[in-house]
Parts: sequence; structure tokens; C-alpha cells
Amino acid sequence: MSRRVAMVLALLFLFGQVAAGRVLADQELTNVSYDPTRELYEAYNEAFARHWAGLGKGDVTVVQSHGGSAKQARSVIEGNEADVVTLARAIDVTAIEEAGLIGKGWQGRLARNSCPYTSTIVFLVRKGNPKGIRDWGDLAREGVGVITPNPKTSGGARWNYLAAWAWADAQYGHDDARNEEFVKKVFDNVLVLDSGARGSTNTFVQNGQGDVLLAWENEAYLSLAERPGEFEIVTPPTSILAEPPVALVDSYVDKKGTRELATAYLEYLYSDEGQRIAGSHYYRPGNPEIIKEFSGYFDLSLKLVTIDDPLFGGWEAAQSRHFSDGGVFDRIYSR
Amino acid sequence: MGAGTRGASGGAWRPNPVARTVLIVLSLAFAFLMLVMPLLVVVSQAFGAGWEAFWRAVSDSFTVKAAKLTAITTVTAVAANTAFGLAAAWALTRYRYRGQGLLTTVIDLPFAISPIIAGLIFILTYGRLGWAYPFLEAHGLKIVFAVPGLVMATVFVTIPFVARELIPVLAARGTDEEQAAVLMGAGFLRTFALVTLPHVKWALVYSVILCAARAMGEFGAVSVVSGHLRGKTNTLPLHIEILYNEHHYREAFAVSAILVIASVLVLAARSVVETVSRREVR
Repeated sequence: MSRRVAMVLALLFLFGQVAAGRVLADQELTNVSYDPTRELYEAYNEAFARHWAGLGKGDVTVVQSHGGSAKQARSVIEGNEADVVTLARAIDVTAIEEAGLIGKGWQGRLARNSCPYTSTIVFLVRKGNPKGIRDWGDLAREGVGVITPNPKTSGGARWNYLAAWAWADAQYGHDDARNEEFVKKVFDNVLVLDSGARGSTNTFVQNGQGDVLLAWENEAYLSLAERPGEFEIVTPPTSILAEPPVALVDSYVDKKGTRELATAYLEYLYSDEGQRIAGSHYYRPGNPEIIKEFSGYFDLSLKLVTIDDPLFGGWEAAQSRHFSDGGVFDRIYSR
Repeated sequence: MGAGTRGASGGAWRPNPVARTVLIVLSLAFAFLMLVMPLLVVVSQAFGAGWEAFWRAVSDSFTVKAAKLTAITTVTAVAANTAFGLAAAWALTRYRYRGQGLLTTVIDLPFAISPIIAGLIFILTYGRLGWAYPFLEAHGLKIVFAVPGLVMATVFVTIPFVARELIPVLAARGTDEEQAAVLMGAGFLRTFALVTLPHVKWALVYSVILCAARAMGEFGAVSVVSGHLRGKTNTLPLHIEILYNEHHYREAFAVSAILVIASVLVLAARSVVETVSRREVR
């Protein structure tokens, strides 16, 4: 008899626990990200799950989605219920904000403009650097075959173009006509203008076209790791700072009740462990102390111009001036 | 025994031997270059690193989940379209009414519409900005970026397969036997089960097989409504694209090989059905 009573009591206790929400169910978090972050978040999700369990908060499974940054933002706007977005450009997160899903001023919620890691554009050249490519000026030299995707269709390629523009601007004393002439020379040297960054990587790496590939630093290191001994990375003295932002999608976390988890997920990106994971996947950690641990492959003397520099005036201004129909790029490429 | 002997004995038609050779060589070469060789390359690439690497790729937890999801979408799409196909074929060949022509045309729409549009119409209807969203939201339902959307997109692109196959068979058969059954007192269901169904049995099996093959491989419309949530809304074809884009060539080919092998099995099933049904008709 007493056994039955004990069982009933145990059951009651369990019900009480469930009712009090103390028995933790598996928690799930959806991270909608862009293309090249797969390996980064695979490693980070594991680390975060350990951290979260270590806090006694239970098990968490992170569901990943990857694709082109603008396309991914679109799917969130259309109802793909991401708890967090980790995209390539602030303009894509702003699109979600304008759809009313993310609160205004999201970029100020986390440190460093909500960009826990950054990246930049570097040159991938063939072993031994036979054409002696050291700086942006070398890309305009006769006989240098350049591979870059098309800035009209590829987000990554716009950074390439703007980095070249920034170099010319400093070089020729802020003379727009000369900047344009220089960038035109670089694009005259382009052998294959693929529509996306992965296509350009394949053209250069697999098909052996061209002398230099303009690439994301993290992608360039991936190519290096995949085909050791075939390529070298040249970091030019100046380049552009790409700031991929992260944000919480307010409407969806409130609907699903995942705000605490999602906030912790993004904040942990800034922890020492999160920063080291970014660094070991070739993203530049924002923490100035931790990036020093990776000075083996990040050139820390690199001078970086940002998109918010008066030269460009932010993404929207740069977009409409350079890449809209009839913009500077159209003029350069149709002449 | 060549095609020529028949012409010789009949005396009416003698094929040009040069044309014959050229045509045979051309079609064989075309089939080899366009179909057989690329598929062989996929399979050889898949097994290129040995069985163990192949097994590792196909037993990966995301691949297994993608395979399960593909099985779910395929089975549901086939079931839905078999029911719809039977109903539509019956309605189009057994009754006369206004709008018949319209139904015939509508059934063919998925053949004519690009899969991306098929996907977008679901996003625009059931997505967050779609007109059905408030209703779905109020009832806690999710269609796009979830399994129901994948199933609906797959159903959409495979709608014509069963109906298109059954309509000519039912039309050619006529209604005499069914009328006889009804006159003898059989009800609708009985007539359908004992008279109509046996006639269309093989056409039905054949169309179900084709429908399944198409559903398994559906990529375009599904890609639009998926949201690419790993382990949740990635079907096998979507999973293959992701693996390929992420430089995991070996794995992409290994998973492709699963789909290729499944297609070959489906085609084998189809030729068995053809042989058996031909024997039965004789």
C-alpha cells in the first residue's frame, strides 16, 4: 500500500515540476545565416550548446539555414521563423526591420554595431605569385588576369569593387574620374565574370583561370586549406572592412518564447570562446586581444576602410551610386 | 533480323540502310553522351573514395533526415494525386457538363508553369505577407518553410501524372460495361471497384510510378518554399545542392547516387509493369 502512495506522490511531484516548467524540454533555436558560415556555426553551435547546458538550462538544438544573404532575409520576411539572423550585410537585416519583425535600432543592441566578427577582401594568387601581385595597383597592369564575380549580381563582388575604388581614391587624391578609370582598368582585366562568389572560386581554383582571385579572407583560407601548396594569399596594404551583423528577430522570439535563449546565443558570440571559434574559421574576431592570437594568418597592419566612410556614405548610397542600373559600374562595364 | 527484312517480305517499304545506320548511331550516341555517361560519372564519383566514404556520406544524420522527408513528400504527393487523378479522370470521361474543358486544361497547368512560380504562389498565398496568413497564424498552422509547404509544392508539380494517364484509357474503354453493371443493380462503389478499376489497373500503377519518380526528384518549387532549414525542411535534392555548394563534392555525389539508384529501380519497376500488363492484355 505504502508503495502505491509513494508512487502517486512521485507522480504528483513530477506533474508539479512540469507545471512549474522545471523539467526542461529540448529547446530549439533557428539561425538563418548566409552561405560561407556553415563551418563556423557548426562549431559554434556545439560550443554554445555545451555552455548553455553548463549553466543548467538544458539541451539546445540549433537549426541552421544557409543561402544568399538577401534571399535569406527575404525568406524571414515571408515567414521563415528565424530566432536569430546572422547575415552578410546590415542592409539585409534592415530589410527585416522594415518589415516590422526586428525592432528599430537593432544595430546598437550588441557591441561593435552587432558585428561580433568581421572579414575583408584579399587576393588569392597562384603558388610563388608569378605575376608579383602585391597591391590593388597591380590588378590594373597589362597581362594580369583577374577573377571576380559580377557586382550587379553578387554581394561579395560589390566589396571587391568598392575596395578597389577606396584604394584608388587614396592613391589619386580623391579624384572620382581617376578612380573610375582605375576600376575600369581592373574590370578590363577580368577574364570571367561569374554571377556568384562560389562560381568565381570554382573558376579560379578548379578550372585554373586567371592570375588573381578577389576573395573574402575566410573563403581564401578555405581554398588554401583545400588545395595545400597550390595558392598563396596576398593581403594588400589597404582593403575594405566587411561587417556581417547578427540580430534577434523580435517578433519570432516573442511568439516562440525563445528571447532569453536567442539573446544568450548572440551574446556568447562575443565571449572569448565564441571569438576564438570565429578566428579559427578565418573570420576576424572583433575582440582586439583575441585577434592577436591569430596574427599568424591575419595581417593586422592592414588598413581597412568601412562602408560608412564618407567616401561611400553607407550601403544605400553606395548601392545607388555604383550598382544601380545606369550607375558607375554600368558605365565602366559598357564602355 | 533487321528492320529491312520486314520491308523485303512486304515489298512495300524498304528503309535506306545508310539512314538506318546514321539514325541508330546518332540516337545511341546522344543517349550515351547526354544520359548514360553523366549518370555513370555520378555513380563512379560517389564510390570513388570507397564504400566506407560513401557510407559515411549517406548515413550522415542530415542525409538520413532529408531522405525521410523525401519519402514523406513523395508518398503524400502520390496518394493525393492518385485520389485526385482517379476522381478527375472519372469526372471527365463519365459525365458531360459545362466546364469540362476547363478542368482538362487546369490539370495540365503544372506542366506549363515554371516550378519557381509554383513555389512563389505558395509563398504569396500562405507566407507571412500572404492573404491566408492571419487565418493560419490564428490557428497555429505553418505551411511554407515547413513540411506542409513542401508536400503542397510537390503535389502541385505532380498533379498531371495520374489523371493524364488515366483519361485516355477510361475514354477508350467506353461506359458499356459500367452501364451493364449498374443495370444489374451494382452501386457506384461496386461498379468502380469491380468494373472500372480492373481496366485501369496497369495504367494506374504505371502513372503512380512516374509520379513517384518525379516527386522524389522535385527541386524547383520545393526549393522556394523550403527555407533550407537543415534537418527540418531539406529534401534530398535540396540537400545535394547544399553539399555541392559547400565544396563537399564527394558527399554530394554519394547522395546523388541514392537518388539515381532509386530512379533506376523505379524505371525497372516500370518495365516490369509494362511487360506484365502487355501479357495480361493479350
